[in-house]
Amino acid sequence: MKISLNWLKQYVDTNLAPKEVARRLTMAGSEVKGLQVIGENWEGIVVGRITAVNSHPNADRLTLVTIDLGGSEETVVCGAPNVAVDAKVAYAPVGARLINPHTGEQETLKSAKIRGLVSNGMACSEKELGISEDHTGILILSDEAETGRPLADYLGDVIFNMDVTPNRPDCLSIIGLAREVAALTGQAVHLPDTSYEETEPAIEELVSVEIDAPDLCPRYCASLITGISIGESPQWIQERLISYGMRPINNIVDVTNFVMLEYGQPLHAFDYEKLGGRKIIVRRADEGEEIVSLDGIERILAGNMLVIADVERAVAVAGVMGGANSEVTEETTSILLESASFNPRSIHYTGRTLNMPSEACMRFERGISPELTMPAIKRATQLIAELGGGKIARGIIDVYPGKVEPQPVAVTTEEVERVLGVKFSREQIESTLSLLGFECRAGSSASEVVALAPYWRSDISVPVDLVEEVARIIGYDEIPTTMLDSPIPRQSPEPVIGLKRKLSESLTGYGFYEIVSNPLVNLETVNKLYPESHSPAPAPIKLANPVSIMHEYLRPNLRVCLMAALVTNRRVEGPVRLYELGKVYLPRFNDLPDEVEMLCGVIAGPRDESSWQGVSDGSAQATFDFFDAKGVVEGLLGRLGATARFEPSTDETLHPVKQAAIMVDGGQIGVVGELHPTVLEGFDITESVYLFEVSLPALISFTQEHRMFQPIPRFPTMLRDIALVVDAGTAYQKVTDIIEDFPLVEQVTLFDVYSGDQVPSGKKSLACRITYRSPSHTLTDEEVNEVQQKILDKLSSDLGAVLRS
Amino acid sequence: MREQLEELLIKARGELSDINEAKDLESWRVRYLGRKSELTNILRGLAALSLDERRAVGARANEVKSLLAEGLNQKTEELKKESAQKSLRVDDALLARGDITLPGRPYPVGRLHPVTQTLNEMSEIFASMGFQVFDGPEVEWDYYNFEALNIPEEHPTRDDQSTFWVDHLTSHKGWKGLLRTQTTSVSARAVETMEPPIRVIEFGKCYRYEATDATHGIMFYHIDGLAVDKGITMADLKGTLYEFARRYFGEDRKVRFRCDFFPFVEPGVEMAIECALCHGEGCSLCDEGWLEILGAGMTHPEVLRRGGIDPDVYTSFAFGIGVERLPMLRYGVDDMRLFYGHDLRFLRQF
Repeated sequence: MKISLNWLKQYVDTNLAPKEVARRLTMAGSEVKGLQVIGENWEGIVVGRITAVNSHPNADRLTLVTIDLGGSEETVVCGAPNVAVDAKVAYAPVGARLINPHTGEQETLKSAKIRGLVSNGMACSEKELGISEDHTGILILSDEAETGRPLADYLGDVIFNMDVTPNRPDCLSIIGLAREVAALTGQAVHLPDTSYEETEPAIEELVSVEIDAPDLCPRYCASLITGISIGESPQWIQERLISYGMRPINNIVDVTNFVMLEYGQPLHAFDYEKLGGRKIIVRRADEGEEIVSLDGIERILAGNMLVIADVERAVAVAGVMGGANSEVTEETTSILLESASFNPRSIHYTGRTLNMPSEACMRFERGISPELTMPAIKRATQLIAELGGGKIARGIIDVYPGKVEPQPVAVTTEEVERVLGVKFSREQIESTLSLLGFECRAGSSASEVVALAPYWRSDISVPVDLVEEVARIIGYDEIPTTMLDSPIPRQSPEPVIGLKRKLSESLTGYGFYEIVSNPLVNLETVNKLYPESHSPAPAPIKLANPVSIMHEYLRPNLRVCLMAALVTNRRVEGPVRLYELGKVYLPRFNDLPDEVEMLCGVIAGPRDESSWQGVSDGSAQATFDFFDAKGVVEGLLGRLGATARFEPSTDETLHPVKQAAIMVDGGQIGVVGELHPTVLEGFDITESVYLFEVSLPALISFTQEHRMFQPIPRFPTMLRDIALVVDAGTAYQKVTDIIEDFPLVEQVTLFDVYSGDQVPSGKKSLACRITYRSPSHTLTDEEVNEVQQKILDKLSSDLGAVLRS
Repeated sequence: MREQLEELLIKARGELSDINEAKDLESWRVRYLGRKSELTNILRGLAALSLDERRAVGARANEVKSLLAEGLNQKTEELKKESAQKSLRVDDALLARGDITLPGRPYPVGRLHPVTQTLNEMSEIFASMGFQVFDGPEVEWDYYNFEALNIPEEHPTRDDQSTFWVDHLTSHKGWKGLLRTQTTSVSARAVETMEPPIRVIEFGKCYRYEATDATHGIMFYHIDGLAVDKGITMADLKGTLYEFARRYFGEDRKVRFRCDFFPFVEPGVEMAIECALCHGEGCSLCDEGWLEILGAGMTHPEVLRRGGIDPDVYTSFAFGIGVERLPMLRYGVDDMRLFYGHDLRFLRQF
């Protein structure tokens, strides 16, 4: 919202610098986000009057304009089409600072010869002066501007770019802001005189008002002005509207807008002659009722929307926009002026549903007081009569079914201290509230203040509202700064947070980059992960109102996000290691979804960064494979003290053979494997990708166990290497399961796997080292030989394994 | 026998001086000083000699033995020194040329996402003030996102928080499912489920239906904080937020508290820090010299009451921070979309 400081100063006296006014308003809640100083650089620029316009001898489109500067005269060359004798213009002498309309940069005006004639300065456009973007002609000032006066005296202003909070509809007006400034500076507010002369007959004889929906319209005031003539409004009103950013239309509409900006009360002027039955009915719309609004668009209304109607039809969407059928036009001679109060929620609903944001709507939906209707209609009636030259019918119609007696609110000094942490006396509280227009009286105890809010403050209803008023006017800087000194509440940390942190520590240590993704995803992309069934089960959660189909569903897994990340980074050279820790969303019937914390990681590309010491024999760099991904999982789990087994699995996103379920204590906590070639093709990825995925709720129960310390072994180990020949299809896990089951065996490690000429076809050789150790003594060869023989016998009988010769 | 002794001494000394490696010393020792050495043999043969000769040769034999032992010690020391010298010599052909500027063998480097780093840092700061992390759902009932926070239906405040609604999700209470627009919804749950004293922070993803640009996304992170206890005041709120600002932005950064409006607090507070670019003069980055960092205030009595906490007994403060803005300010990131774009060229910088 743009607010002219000149305008504001008509209602409140202040000598404070504009920046200081802005600062105080901002600190007290009405934020000035920016200051625009108009005329800051207008040194030397004065008001001039054109005394002669002659054609340029060498150019058809140029004129020679003589300008009276109040004591001297200058002649300038001018290209504007709107020069005329007696017009008041802004004259800039050589040396003045102006904005170059082509570059937008500020430049110093130089003396120039234009088509052979010297131009001594120039007459300026609004754009050149920095007032607006208008460069269609020169700025024509009102006749009231005094020739020779500095332009800054006349047009200089400071515009506040303001952000008013939704609880303060009163501050969406000049008078409202003037009241704030007055309270913050200890000044009084000057309100305009709104008295005017009335003529017969009484308004009741000319029009009647009926409210059929008092729940949606607590008050409706109307005045009637006859015999007016429509025309342009005077310069001063136009300037005020322009300063706010509104377009002047005609004297009647401009007055309703002017008073809305001045008082904060939206008004509407109907062409009285167009109102059927000389009657206003405030009623709910008929379901499907149609009205063409002022902007020429046909609107279809719902039964819960409020309209202003005559006896035949709706003539306005109440509080939102007028109807074209009762619009004020050049032929209009009589005006019915409306100043009413509407239910804020109803207005918000209607404005939002019809997609008709308007200045009126914005004020009504914030809840302005019904008491404001009367002062505003008086002011507008007076101005319309004054500017339109009409007669005002006697009286104002005032239908007020929703009148509510204002309720005072009480607050004690103790309550103020309890909330703010600083003590203010009753007198301080009273005087502060009085500055804001509150009527204060003593309460039931010595520390109690009973305050009646002024009518324009619709936001005051509970004691803490008064506490805020006191705090913001005295200033938040007056509140001390203390640290919480009550005992820290008992902590019960969420275990998943610690788990996530540990996983991240390991993964970043392994060279993984964490990604964070928007969980709103595209269904088609998700479906690409399911080359067989073509959709995940259960179906992902859908939004009712997505911004686009690219963000229509909540992700059912993290894979889809990691695939997107791989696609983004497909040109990266060297290893790509990415992971995400985040929620996936699984639907539950008639309940909020299950939000499951997951870990998903991918690796792709070469295993190592290229290095000058790397591959030297010209062979290709080694790329990641299944066992890299599995190794990451084993490392992560090992760090957490959990041991996993890997079993064949059937995840359709993964390669049918190169995948495994991650099992801990018999339960599956995740999966690891190579991406299915069809999936990769779907994402247009050409290199192999390996993925691991772990459910944190499944994992967490295995990581919280209390771990016991193991004493450092006192006796030495004995090592035995064996090479076993087994069927190619025999899982290594089966071999170790058998070996590790024997006493004295501490560990089995695999150091070579071979299949080829040296072993029979259909067989493979597993070379293992078995570590033997006893906790009680140093082992002898005989002891170990005995165990090892038993192991070999068992391997032979169970797996058909033979020692490789 | 005497000559035998002298010959032995000369031979042993000669062999010792020829030894170049420590590993050969042991065999020399065995040969000349061991149990089966020549010297031992000579000493054994003494018995056959006359008493005088036995005395003279025996004395010399012991002399020879100690001379050899001494020689061995000397040689051992010598070789140790030599080997220490040797290890300083450079064998590596490349390093021998002295180019220590050749790159090292790369070790993989991974990093946390900048938003995670920010959340960790903030959690740490608030944890040190006794705030523990409390989690709540991202897909939320409209009640907790709005009504419980004093934001009624058709209130203009909802316009700033345009909402994503979940398709066909209604609870048995008639509540509708949405994507939370602020983590304050978790505070609404905290006052409902926890008993005072409460001191929690809540963070996570939030969603708003709006046009995406450099400073707005449909998904972003919030951190909310809530303290409920007897005797909590706005002075405590200021202290807590000052401490956060001091630790995150640095000791010298100016901080401003001004009145602002949020439906779930009264009085309402906005905290801003001085713009580092213009030092409070006003520039294109800031609003008249200040950068808004967070919204806060004393929790509205109505919010406590709805959560079953008596506002006449307990007071409470709450604050909410947009997370991305913090790393954006710290690192000068000018487009929020970069955070969730997955580009390693971006992620490698933090």
